[in-house]
Amino acid sequence: MSELALREFHSFQAGGKDFVYLVPSAAVFELDDASSAVIHRLRQRNMTRSDLARQLSALFPADEVQETVSELMRARAIGEVGVPEEPAPKVMPPENFPLTTMVLNVTNQCNLSCTYCYEYGEDKIVDTENGKKSKFMSEQTARESVDFMLRESGENRLAHLTFFGGETLMNFPVLKTAMQYARERAAEMGKEVDFSLTTNATLLRPEIIEFLAENRVGVTISIDGPKEMQDEFRVFKNGSGSYDIVAPKIRELLKRHTSRPIGARVTLTSQTLDIRKIYKHLTEEIGFWEVGFAPVTTSPDRKYAIANEGFDSMLAQFQALADDFLQAALENRHHGFSNVKDTIEEIHKGVSKAYPCGAGLGLMGVSTDGDVALCHRFAGSDAHKLGTVRDGIDRLVQIDFLEKHHIADKTDCSKCWARPLCSGGCYHEAYTRYGETVHPNLHYCEWIRGWTDTCLKIYAELSVRNPKYLEQFDDKVEYEASSVS
Amino acid sequence: MKHLRSVNRKAQRVSRHADSENDVVALQGPPQQPAAAPHIPLGCSLVFSPGWEADRNGGTAGLCQPVERDLFDCHTGCFWPAQVPDQLNHAPDWTAKCAAAQKDWRKIDLVFP
Repeated sequence: MSELALREFHSFQAGGKDFVYLVPSAAVFELDDASSAVIHRLRQRNMTRSDLARQLSALFPADEVQETVSELMRARAIGEVGVPEEPAPKVMPPENFPLTTMVLNVTNQCNLSCTYCYEYGEDKIVDTENGKKSKFMSEQTARESVDFMLRESGENRLAHLTFFGGETLMNFPVLKTAMQYARERAAEMGKEVDFSLTTNATLLRPEIIEFLAENRVGVTISIDGPKEMQDEFRVFKNGSGSYDIVAPKIRELLKRHTSRPIGARVTLTSQTLDIRKIYKHLTEEIGFWEVGFAPVTTSPDRKYAIANEGFDSMLAQFQALADDFLQAALENRHHGFSNVKDTIEEIHKGVSKAYPCGAGLGLMGVSTDGDVALCHRFAGSDAHKLGTVRDGIDRLVQIDFLEKHHIADKTDCSKCWARPLCSGGCYHEAYTRYGETVHPNLHYCEWIRGWTDTCLKIYAELSVRNPKYLEQFDDKVEYEASSVS
Repeated sequence: MKHLRSVNRKAQRVSRHADSENDVVALQGPPQQPAAAPHIPLGCSLVFSPGWEADRNGGTAGLCQPVERDLFDCHTGCFWPAQVPDQLNHAPDWTAKCAAAQKDWRKIDLVFP
């Protein structure tokens, strides 16, 4: 009789129970005493069914052990030694995959000079100052982009249009006309368009706030926290901080714009790494509904780059705030730590990603002159161009990109249990760190595994103690546009 | 599944799939994941493939594969040197005019040793 061995999974405990997260299927199972005992024994060494039954005979009847082994084998948590696991097939997305989100860079200009900015800072990939790209998108290009988006949205009834910059509101007139035009064209085609934007809040005026509220435009504000943190990097050209300008404007926006939840998007750096303090300030003192955090994208030698110890400290703080989230969720209270919510939603659905994100697939970025790129972070970069809004997507370039970036070809990721959710991480982050989009982001593997483990535990604990909470993720639209940063 | 509780939606799908493997009705359908087998050319005499070498009446009129396909399947997929001309030395171009066996098989000339 052949011996049995463990297959690929991540095991963890939550709510006093044992769980496994199977890889690559991304299924989460709770183990009972028998299955837990079988896995425990096989962790010590490989053994046959009859050995298992004998070793566990004091605890479970033999037929129960047999039954458990069969179930674990069918779920592919264990398998026979010598029978190779079938490799996950490299399934490519269908051709002409519909575009769900278009990010429109309506301007390259910004009125702030944030030191760490990926668009203007030391690590920029597009020459926004002296390049040939126009600084503002014209109304004509915006209209052509809308046509492109609706054409490429295929059978989808809903398309998401996100405005981005530079500072998006520096080109408010074009944003307005683009929205008007998108509504008209979509109505003619029997479609709908959902609008959102990201802004630094410096240019929010009463009439703009009124417009955003009336038109139900989703708003994400880039802000780094209380005054001392915001003013560390988010500064005007003369070096003065922006907190005192933006804080009252944001409060005004939150008061008037209640038709959609408004989120804050925080860039974490080595100098501004007090997550709980930032969260508390932005939710309790300013009034944001949600706060999302992301470490700064940078090459490793910048002084604001987060190094190894920084990732450890960040993880510990994320975990502390995630505990608050769990407490709130157990009591059915809202908690705005959106990083947890986004991840447990993916866990609930059992997402197993072939690509880290929708860039170049369901999401594309459009530069001011109408070039289509992987995403907004690459908009305007000739090396990452997928076509133009006038001529459409160059399918050969797109297919070539998707071929090369599939998780099946990322050798570094092939043994990592977190790959169904991470899939190698952000292309732009990789490009900035390693000079190529195809490179997995190896500098934050430990952090990703730590964070995924934390979210799995929260998810599993909720499934035991408050399963009703998870029902909210059942009916959510699969391809909802998230905030863009 | 009795010993594993499906927690997320993917686990529910895995369980349904696993349960159907023992299901008599599901077993009557086509196999869901064919095992990876070595390439065995269609119609090779190693496999019994009725309707290929001979039709139901023992003749060749009602074959489900054109008989010409045999030539290339044995030639490229099998070690069966006697069946085709020596392509390395004597008749390197014997298939040159035959791009698609089913259509162009008449263009293959006889080869004399």
